[in-house]
Amino acid sequence: MLLSMRGIEKRFAGVAALSGATLEVAPGEAHALIGQNGAGKSTLIKILTGYHRCDAGTMEFDGQPLDPRSPAEAQALGISTIHQEINLVGYRSVTENICLGRESRRFGLLDWRAMHREAQAALARLGLEIDVRRPLADYTTAVQQMVAIARALGFRAKLVVMDEPTSSLDDREVAVLFDVIRRLKADGVSVVFVSHKLDELYAVCDRVTVMRDGRTVRVAPMDGITRLQLVSDMLGRDVADSEATGAAAQAARAGEEMLAIEGLHAPPRVRGASLSVRRGEIVGLAGLLGAGRSETVRVAFGADAAADAGQLRFEGRPFSPTEPREAIRAGIGFCSEDRKVESIVPEMSVRENLTLALLPHLARAGVVDEARQREVVDRFIRRLGVRCAGPEQPIRELSGGNQQKVLLARWLCMDPKLLILDEPTRGIDVGAKAEIQALIRELAEGGLAVLMVSSEVKEIVDGADRAYVMRDGRTVAELSGGRLTEDALMAAMAHGPHEAVLAEGAPHE
Amino acid sequence: MGATLSRLAGRQAVLLALAALILFGALRYEHFLGWFNITTLLRYNALFALVALGMAFVIMTGGIDLSVGSVAALASVVSAHLSGAGLLPAVAGGVGAGLAVGLLNGALVTRGGLAPFVTTLATMLGASGLALLLADNQSVPVSYDTGFVEIGQGDILNFPVPAWIALLAYIGGAVLLHLTGFGRTVLAVGGNADAARLMGLPAERTVFLVYLGSGGLAGLAGVLLAAQFGAGQPIEGVGWELFAIAATVVGGTLLTGGVGSVGGTLAGVLLLGLIFNILNFENGLGTISLSVYWQSVIRGLFLLVVVLLQARLLAARIAPAS
Repeated sequence: MLLSMRGIEKRFAGVAALSGATLEVAPGEAHALIGQNGAGKSTLIKILTGYHRCDAGTMEFDGQPLDPRSPAEAQALGISTIHQEINLVGYRSVTENICLGRESRRFGLLDWRAMHREAQAALARLGLEIDVRRPLADYTTAVQQMVAIARALGFRAKLVVMDEPTSSLDDREVAVLFDVIRRLKADGVSVVFVSHKLDELYAVCDRVTVMRDGRTVRVAPMDGITRLQLVSDMLGRDVADSEATGAAAQAARAGEEMLAIEGLHAPPRVRGASLSVRRGEIVGLAGLLGAGRSETVRVAFGADAAADAGQLRFEGRPFSPTEPREAIRAGIGFCSEDRKVESIVPEMSVRENLTLALLPHLARAGVVDEARQREVVDRFIRRLGVRCAGPEQPIRELSGGNQQKVLLARWLCMDPKLLILDEPTRGIDVGAKAEIQALIRELAEGGLAVLMVSSEVKEIVDGADRAYVMRDGRTVAELSGGRLTEDALMAAMAHGPHEAVLAEGAPHE
Repeated sequence: MGATLSRLAGRQAVLLALAALILFGALRYEHFLGWFNITTLLRYNALFALVALGMAFVIMTGGIDLSVGSVAALASVVSAHLSGAGLLPAVAGGVGAGLAVGLLNGALVTRGGLAPFVTTLATMLGASGLALLLADNQSVPVSYDTGFVEIGQGDILNFPVPAWIALLAYIGGAVLLHLTGFGRTVLAVGGNADAARLMGLPAERTVFLVYLGSGGLAGLAGVLLAAQFGAGQPIEGVGWELFAIAATVVGGTLLTGGVGSVGGTLAGVLLLGLIFNILNFENGLGTISLSVYWQSVIRGLFLLVVVLLQARLLAARIAPAS
């Protein structure tokens, strides 16, 4: 083995991120590393590349004990990383981005001609000919990706770690990258390949390590494991004994269409998403990480740039919000995936957080009507059962579940027609989770349309009336009633529509 | 290609403006290109040039050094006190005082993880107070017996000594920026600090060194100040940091870091210095009477225009990349 990491443990502020993770990579092997969000892949890679240090475990690289204290040290040992977001310096020339850190020198000063030549040669090895004097930012993402690889190889890397390298590449660029990986393998360089796109893993990797909840749950050769098995390992749900628990009854009661998305294109992440949500209905949106679910719903809320192509309708009328405030005015609420970054204002009180979106309506001649504000806040704290010391308590002191309730209340007090929930129960403990799920159901029964993005298959099967499955930016299946089972969802996430497993669940385009 | 062209235009804009200003002055005023005017201009602005050079490196890393003016004042007082002991102790003392403050700035920003703005604001106040304490709240006359004043008032080959010193410093600065790994790391850290660290570059050491260098250069400027005016000046240096920032930015260095130019900074210093010079001439002509305070207004407008242009260029750069 070129690399062997065994029994790796790591805790952050007392919370275990890794507990018994293992990763072994042979020379000249392309090794896939997969797992859900929070499974510990990133932490494991950061330990390997010297960004974090592990609390326990043994690491060996190239026959020597390994314990890098910084990225520079790992790089010197022959471990190079290509990060998901390209971590190079856009303002600086391609040459600098490839050569910085091991510059050619003459008489102690930089030898630019030699460096340009070297950069050109390094890119030529990857089949790329560009002007290396120009700033990196002048080039496309794919070229930047190649520059990152050229840099890694320039350091005579024995192991190249690629963290979701294809997430911003188009199909042709991915093909070029795979060529490069095959050439690396032929040269005896090993690759650790992190990706959520199963097709890619099968195309280029030899073996796979699956992680879940901070530990390694399976190591297998790629040609000895099925997609379905991979998905169920990742999600931790056994294909055999999960059973259909779909809430079918609600579907019949659903009313007129609230939101319809047809053939939405917003590259690179969304390439043909279609779905519809009706009054009084909870619609789930499932898929693996990077399938384009969040990106799709963000377009509908006007949170991201408008789509390239495709149609949006809200209450039957064409709808293309360019700003969240347009969507809010139309009657849409949106709880974003990342509570901490995009939703709560931690230093503000429960009262202030709850009424942030409502504020314009509470003001009279620019002055907030505090009596009304307090009345609204009291009503929703009671209705949603928010457990807090009082409306003036800072929201950061609340548990995740109660923070989420405040955020739900923030939108509910606007009296929305459609509520979009992106991972509504992520990071929330089991008890609070059930409460929030029950609350969502109650709201739907009151006539609210709910679109719920979730990575948890069980949450969608238990909570949604209907569900769409997205894969690589496309809607690949629609499941409802008795067909909405964990098996069917996982199969659609793994295979898509072409595998005939879900012929009846094709998207209605 | 468009991005490259616009970048070239940005780099050249300051030189064009400088040339236009010189032409204007040469045509309008009789003694503008006279040796006396030129050497006086260079002798005085050499101090700002040194401070701006240090500032340029700090800004290229994405930081800022507000303490340079106070540091120059402190160094002028220290070197004035030591001037009786000879040239070398006076220079060493002044530069040493600057390096000490720079070291503190660098350590607080890198090890302490403090924001450069706040850190150098604090050391600016501290250095200023120290200068007043050491000077007992008044000018400190320098000794004329040891030849100390020569480095401020003397000439070599008919050219002011401070201007020689600044010229050498800028040549050194240009070599450092373009031809050493340190210089390229300065720009890489300013362009994307996280990336620089993940690329294995010595980011922390580099940032530390630019603050140290900025302090040292401000100290040297303070030494020249004392020598030039024959006294340590505890209340000088007010607003120098803003002049240095303006000159750096006018010279094409991005305030956010990552892109910068040593030659442009020198051009920026000369440009801002010339604006003051031309105002003096204009008043001398007697046709109009503009208060010298107008220089600040004009410099301010100039800075605003440059920053607006930079933002435009930046937008043009980012668009084709996506």
